[in-house]
Amino acid sequence: MAEISVNIAEREYEPTFGDYVALLKPRVMSLVVFTALVGLVVAPGGLHPFEAFAAILFIALGAGASGALNMWYDADIDAVMRRTAKRPVPSGRVEPGEALAIGVGLSGIAVVMMALATNLFAAGLLAFTIFFYIAIYTMWLKRWTPQNIVIGGAAGAFPPMIGWAAVTGGVSVESALMFALIFMWTPPHFWALALFMKSDYDDAGVPMLTVTHGRRATRRHILAYTALLAPVGVWLALTSVGGPATLVVAVALNLWFLKGAVYIWRRSEADAEADKYKVEKAFFRFSLLYLFAHFGALLVDAALRFGGAI
Amino acid sequence: MGLKATHEIHQRRFSRNVGVALTLVFLIAVVFGLTVVKVQRGDSMQAFDHAPRMEMVPAGEGQ
Repeated sequence: MAEISVNIAEREYEPTFGDYVALLKPRVMSLVVFTALVGLVVAPGGLHPFEAFAAILFIALGAGASGALNMWYDADIDAVMRRTAKRPVPSGRVEPGEALAIGVGLSGIAVVMMALATNLFAAGLLAFTIFFYIAIYTMWLKRWTPQNIVIGGAAGAFPPMIGWAAVTGGVSVESALMFALIFMWTPPHFWALALFMKSDYDDAGVPMLTVTHGRRATRRHILAYTALLAPVGVWLALTSVGGPATLVVAVALNLWFLKGAVYIWRRSEADAEADKYKVEKAFFRFSLLYLFAHFGALLVDAALRFGGAI
Repeated sequence: MGLKATHEIHQRRFSRNVGVALTLVFLIAVVFGLTVVKVQRGDSMQAFDHAPRMEMVPAGEGQ
């Protein structure tokens, strides 16, 4: 009898359900759910509330599946970086093959169910997003070019477009601008992170701009992308989905974001080392608020329109 | 020394099984809910299969 309990104890780690949930990157999913929800709510026309719920659910599932596939492919990089070393695959809690199977399986379920719940265009866009994130970003660009963040950012920018497509069955200026807002926002957001998490990306050998072109160039790039981002937010506020709330938020937050980018651009590495990257960290935190506030303002304007106030 | 009935590994497995079961029940509920919504609204409930169905051909075509 003793052998039995010994044998069980010597078996490798058995993942819990929570380990599989962690594979789906729930924190990233929350941003996807929020932006997709906004895209869906502000779109002209309407879905039955249950269809809308299902659409958001399957967009989130598609994002989660992408996360699992990303963790499967990037386990070697993740193991080196402090920020990602505790993820289920590099820490050994989930086998790489399991992550791949879960990723592929959930992608299929998400796309097919999206087509059944809404329409083929939205499902196709969801499938393309998963393909783009895994094949174009994770497998190709991330390890090859310092512009990885710029192009990879497109994958994170698709959810509001998919939400919009779930209702309308197509794309429009408004949904393209919501895409552009996240697309242009991603580089300054991640490069600010790369500035103060420098050793991590260096150790993993990921060609981040900070590694390949230096930190001075990264600061210049942050400023350039923030300057290009500002008109997108304001333009979005002037379209049919915008309104007073979006306009106020877009003007105020873009000015503040630009101010932060100028501050980052003017700082030397010695200044940043001296105060432990205080400005860069504040800029990164503000960038999260920036995106939530823009999409939140679109929701507020949608509510105002619904109530007949504008 | 007797057989240990519930090793820690069993608890992990149980948590996983319960999680998967609840997820499947939830998925069934979503599919059922979608079916109810679409049927109540009277969405197209038939499609072309291997045989053409004249009642589905838009007016003016297939003459």
